[in-house]
Amino acid sequence: MTEVQKIEFSPEAMLEVSRIVSHYPQDKMKSALLPVLHIAQNEFGGWLSAETMDYVARLLHIHPIEVYEVATFYSMYNTKPVGKILIEVCQTGPCCLNGAEKIVSYIEKKLNIKVGETTKDNMFTLKTVECLGACGYAPMFQIGETFYEHLTEEKVDMILENLKQEKLKAINN
Amino acid sequence: MGRKLLLEHLNKANINTMEGYLQNGGYRSVEKALKKMTPDEVTEEVKKSGLRGRGGAGFATGMKWSFLDRNSGKPRYLLCNADESEPGTFKDRLLMEKIPHLLIEGMIVSSYALGCRTSYIYIRGEYMFILRILEKAIAEAYAKGYLGENILGSGYSLDLHVHPGAGAYICGEETALIESLEGKRGNPRIKPPFPAIAGLWGCPTIVNNVESIAAVVPIINDGGDEYAKIGIGKSTGTKLISASGNINKPGVYEIEMGISVEEFIYSEEYCGGIKNNLELKACVPGGSSVPILPKHLLLKMSDGNPRLMTYESLSEGGFATGSMLGSGGFIVYDEKACIVRNTWNFARFYHHESCGQCSPCREGTGWMERVLHNIEYGHGKMEDIDLLWDIQRKIEGNTICPLGDAAAWPVAAAIRHFRHEFEYHVKYPNRVFDEDHVYQPEMKMQKV
Repeated sequence: MTEVQKIEFSPEAMLEVSRIVSHYPQDKMKSALLPVLHIAQNEFGGWLSAETMDYVARLLHIHPIEVYEVATFYSMYNTKPVGKILIEVCQTGPCCLNGAEKIVSYIEKKLNIKVGETTKDNMFTLKTVECLGACGYAPMFQIGETFYEHLTEEKVDMILENLKQEKLKAINN
Repeated sequence: MGRKLLLEHLNKANINTMEGYLQNGGYRSVEKALKKMTPDEVTEEVKKSGLRGRGGAGFATGMKWSFLDRNSGKPRYLLCNADESEPGTFKDRLLMEKIPHLLIEGMIVSSYALGCRTSYIYIRGEYMFILRILEKAIAEAYAKGYLGENILGSGYSLDLHVHPGAGAYICGEETALIESLEGKRGNPRIKPPFPAIAGLWGCPTIVNNVESIAAVVPIINDGGDEYAKIGIGKSTGTKLISASGNINKPGVYEIEMGISVEEFIYSEEYCGGIKNNLELKACVPGGSSVPILPKHLLLKMSDGNPRLMTYESLSEGGFATGSMLGSGGFIVYDEKACIVRNTWNFARFYHHESCGQCSPCREGTGWMERVLHNIEYGHGKMEDIDLLWDIQRKIEGNTICPLGDAAAWPVAAAIRHFRHEFEYHVKYPNRVFDEDHVYQPEMKMQKV
């Protein structure tokens, strides 16, 4: 069954959008696009559908193509659905010197998915990303706005279990 | 014990709050600059200090400021480049995360010097949690009257905003950063025109790294001449080094320019030596874009003198035998590290981050990644090594922005100094599948 969700910002999100737009000259509203797309992605399921991008375009008085070209350029914008918990493991050189590849393999085995895939229950998506600025605290991954550093297999187990329980609680409430 | 101009109060209680920051001498440079100095006098101190851009290019900051067009009639903008994405670099993160007010103080003084009414901090999207910290600190600054209208009754007004990126290394390049701030894809612009003439929305703009702007605070507090007393030659003041890799104590270290590379790697005050009692094999001293150096070229210059942590000393010998200080992203490799694998890893990075405008970069980075992948996974041919050399040579200098060069240099350096590892991968494709990817004894570097 498909869910049809009307794309419209909550009042809180709208307030945040107004605050952001006020940072730029009045005729330069397009500058708000990157921060507003982050808000939109968080509001509407962790990804940017065409409907969501069209809505943002209308809000900022720009053409949809101007939103599509930005959403497809920057790696933090997901133009396809993702699971409830998006795990982004750094895979760049310095992290690899400290076991990043082993952590990726461990998560793949643990969740029974490959990099880029989502678990069948739609709970976890695993991605590898480039240098996150945590090279001295490797290996590490980012989930949401949080960096989880100095990872071990035990820590990975704990972090993922805790996050999953939080999500399940939130869903059931 | 080296002097700490930026991180002196790092571990003081509440240093991330206005209260804690003020208790440790914060915002003195704002009082001094706005009440006792003209904007040009501030710029003069920065020139005297010899401060060089701390993002990686090392261009004289005072000179860059003097290029700003002050007569266009258009608003002028100062953009702080907090897009920190150079692999191996995490110093700006520490500054902003732990002592946000230091950056804000530096932004106020620098904006005053440049005559800006509104300034922005462009921060990489992955540092969203730091954006929150900065916005909280900015709100504290407004509440205390350090931002907004008529700061401290000086007549100078400034608004400061934080603007997030969304995952693009290329947006650390100043013109791509400007494009991104304008709400577009991060495609670098051809220079000239330089941002100092036509930048953000076509207005005169200066883009400076986080650490450069933070350094303006001690420069104004103590004077440019005092700052210039630290360091050697054209490498004055202190530098934040991000140390990572196979060392005992990875982390951010503030060093006085001029300590030796050997001391930095082995002293307990800094990296504490190589982990697990292994031998040092190689080092990338300034972020992934700078040439990797084998141990014998890293620790000594061509005249036999110890190599120092300065711009000049790390560049001595050019790319034949030297490297660069760059961003100070200091990555250390032990004897078990695979240089071929590391080169492939970096090639994959640059291919992913290429904006795609220039054919040599867009196609060349992808090509190098594929050839390196073949070699690393046992499908390489001997001709591939010269092919790689040829590809990187044809990217270098043929692109709108330096990302092409940044992609070419690691490949060139790896082949120049570690060709035997590439040949080993081609000659013995089966051995590269060892679980730890450990080399056979005959492949170890000759000890000097």
